[in-house]
Amino acid sequence: MSSAPLTPRVNIYDAAAANRVRTVVLIVVFVGLVTALVYFAGEYFAPGGGIALLPFALVFSVGSSLVSYFAGDKLVLAQSQAREVADDEERELHNVVETLALGMGIPTPKLYIIDDSAPNAFATGRDPKHASVAVTRGLLDKMDRTELEGVIAHELSHVGNRDIRVMLLVTVLVGTVVLLSDWVTRSMFWGGGRRDRDRDGGGGGIIALIAIVLAILMPIFATLIQLAVSRQREYLADASGALLTRYPPGLASALRKIAADTEKLEVANKATASLYIANPLKDHNAFLDGLFDTHPPIEERIKRLEAM
Amino acid sequence: MDPIVIVLIVIAAIAVFLIAGFNRLVTLRQRVKEAWSDIDVQLKRRHDLIPNLVETVKGYAAHESATFQAVTNARAAAVAAGASASPQERAQAENMLTGTLRSLFAVAENYPQLQAIQEFKDLSENLTATEDKIAFARRFYNGNVRDYNTALMTFPTNLYASLLGFKPEQFFELADPTEREVPQVKFTTP
Repeated sequence: MSSAPLTPRVNIYDAAAANRVRTVVLIVVFVGLVTALVYFAGEYFAPGGGIALLPFALVFSVGSSLVSYFAGDKLVLAQSQAREVADDEERELHNVVETLALGMGIPTPKLYIIDDSAPNAFATGRDPKHASVAVTRGLLDKMDRTELEGVIAHELSHVGNRDIRVMLLVTVLVGTVVLLSDWVTRSMFWGGGRRDRDRDGGGGGIIALIAIVLAILMPIFATLIQLAVSRQREYLADASGALLTRYPPGLASALRKIAADTEKLEVANKATASLYIANPLKDHNAFLDGLFDTHPPIEERIKRLEAM
Repeated sequence: MDPIVIVLIVIAAIAVFLIAGFNRLVTLRQRVKEAWSDIDVQLKRRHDLIPNLVETVKGYAAHESATFQAVTNARAAAVAAGASASPQERAQAENMLTGTLRSLFAVAENYPQLQAIQEFKDLSENLTATEDKIAFARRFYNGNVRDYNTALMTFPTNLYASLLGFKPEQFFELADPTEREVPQVKFTTP
């Protein structure tokens, strides 16, 4: 496996088409889940109330899909305290990004800097025309030119493959799902649901059970989707990034430096962690080994890059 | 089933197949054109940088007029080729220009004061960055040309592509300064 030759040229147009399908599936699943949760929660509190709440659920879930589609990148960038880089500063970074964007066949994305000394980077946006790449000050300080090229090429592969849209939607929508079910769970324990549950018998019990199960399982389910989605595409972006620079050791060495750096990126959180090139939280969940990791093990990524 | 119905279904299937193949070729050819415009922009930027560079070097090495003339001529030829010529002819003109630029920088090497001034540093840095960009834009372009040409030459598109006016596109091949030259092998008869 690791001795496999250089991956065949990943056509960004093919990857982009697959991701377009994923986007649609993602939004449909999200709208479906939210609607189901709201319906059962409504039925739980007041029989018949679920139906009445359905229009609100639809408006809410479609609305938050639209918001995350069109403004999600700004939310994520603002949350990461990234500031836009002017055209006349960081000339080397500008050059690297412009050059590699040409090789990728995409417009030059907007550049952002996060003033944090932990080396890391992410890309976001809804399509290559509305894409942004954010790097930390630590990345610029600690990487040499080939390593920086490796990291930027990885990020631009995400842009070119339209990974950024899927990752962004997942990030914002999963955040919403978690928030919503948290809300429902809380009002179930403290709210006025008990009155109705006492009044009618078995039917209400089943609905209550479904509501509770949904409220508890949804965040776990959503998180698992997020993790599964992000891990596979890190390998793909590593491969197509290395193919773009024609120099896999650059990215491998950058990853090694990032792995060796013990500093935690302060502005990253659980929701945005999967966007970064390497896990910015530096937490390793030994308990559920691998299941809840946002990124594939960095050693494995380096090994695959070295085998190219 | 009625044999006529079967024949109609087969004809319809073939038509769908042909239309899909045709549309794919159009898409691929369009991508080649888009990729070419990326190269074009960068080549023009390179042409724009050169007069300033020549003027700057001239200020310090006025008597190297043969070198300046060669660069200016090669640049004019490259600009002219940019107006109309095929990728192959343009690549030839650009390679000529690269060769003369190399001798210009060789001349500049002999003038330490020139090396020290900021304007010269900026210009040569800009030129290097632009040449990097050309290299990457070229790679993307050639990848698209390869995809298009492959689609054109594989069965069954190759049967009708030329009838519909699809022609293979040319690769854009530049001399890579870092590439090793092919060793000259001579067989001498004793």
